[in-house]
Amino acid sequence: MREVTAEAKASLDITNDVCPITFVKTKLKLEELEPGEVLEVILKSGEPLANVPRSAKQEGHKILKVEQQGENFRLLIRKGE
Amino acid sequence: MFSEDYIKRYSRHILLPEIGGSGQAKLAQAKVFVVGTGGLGSPAAFYLAAAGIGTLGLIDDDVVDLSNLQRQILHATPDLNQPKVESAKAKLTALNPECNVITHHYRLTAENVLDLIADYDIVVDGTDNFPTRYLINDACVIAKKPMVHGGILRFNGQVMTIKPGEGPCFRCIFREPPPAGAVPTCAEAGVLGAVAGIIGVIQATEVIKLVLGKGDPLVGRILTLDALKLKFRDVKISRNPSCPVCGENPTITQPVEYELPPCELRAN
Repeated sequence: MREVTAEAKASLDITNDVCPITFVKTKLKLEELEPGEVLEVILKSGEPLANVPRSAKQEGHKILKVEQQGENFRLLIRKGE
Repeated sequence: MFSEDYIKRYSRHILLPEIGGSGQAKLAQAKVFVVGTGGLGSPAAFYLAAAGIGTLGLIDDDVVDLSNLQRQILHATPDLNQPKVESAKAKLTALNPECNVITHHYRLTAENVLDLIADYDIVVDGTDNFPTRYLINDACVIAKKPMVHGGILRFNGQVMTIKPGEGPCFRCIFREPPPAGAVPTCAEAGVLGAVAGIIGVIQATEVIKLVLGKGDPLVGRILTLDALKLKFRDVKISRNPSCPVCGENPTITQPVEYELPPCELRAN
């Protein structure tokens, strides 16, 4: 887990956002990264947790990890080509 | 990098794989020149401002008339007798204060057309008369500017995108303007207001595609609408090697102005 954290190139907290702004911000952050780089996203359960990973996959990115972190969740996304 | 307001305003665009943050930035950089702020220019400019086009140039020498309001949705009853470009600017900047709207309250002529379009990336044909339509076609070919043509009459409309050097221009299909009086104007023949909306919004869609470099624009084809039957037709057209402006041996190398028949002067 520690290695993966070190691997994340950027981090984004979308716990104060609602859908679809949650994924809009995730997408904008991913655009700043190079393909293959990893983004860490902190998000809430429920709608964000259901939508953000699904939308990221649809756009060709890879979900590396989803894990609970207190009352929020932590998502690791590897940017696609 | 992007403000919260920017992200929220354009969120439905940014979500689209074809746009995203980088496409939205392209729209913000784009400069579009809309010729005519009437039936076609109104819906086209409205959606372009909403879409976040950074600079919109508007040219129209007309003032708002009561007979315009059935279709020219940028103008409202309190705007009567105001210059259309100013009425248009007020609505566009209210919709999107980030949009830089530049107004020209005079007629487009052979003398000013090249200077005017030089500042823009794309030209929208929202004219109501043949002389101006041919003038902007020729000027766009000469200046190698993409142009999105639209035309409406009664329940019919047509759209065509001209990319000089890549596809046919307006003159490749319609070599010369029709003789004065041969084709009725909207003022004589009438036009369904909603048809202006459909065609103008298709023109805006084409502009956005050109800015993004996505999809297949109407280059080498003309889209026609019969709203009574509600049928669209998509007709393939080729470049005409003997086209007087974009052919192999062009005879038109400078913008030319055709006489505007007197009856058309008040036709809007």
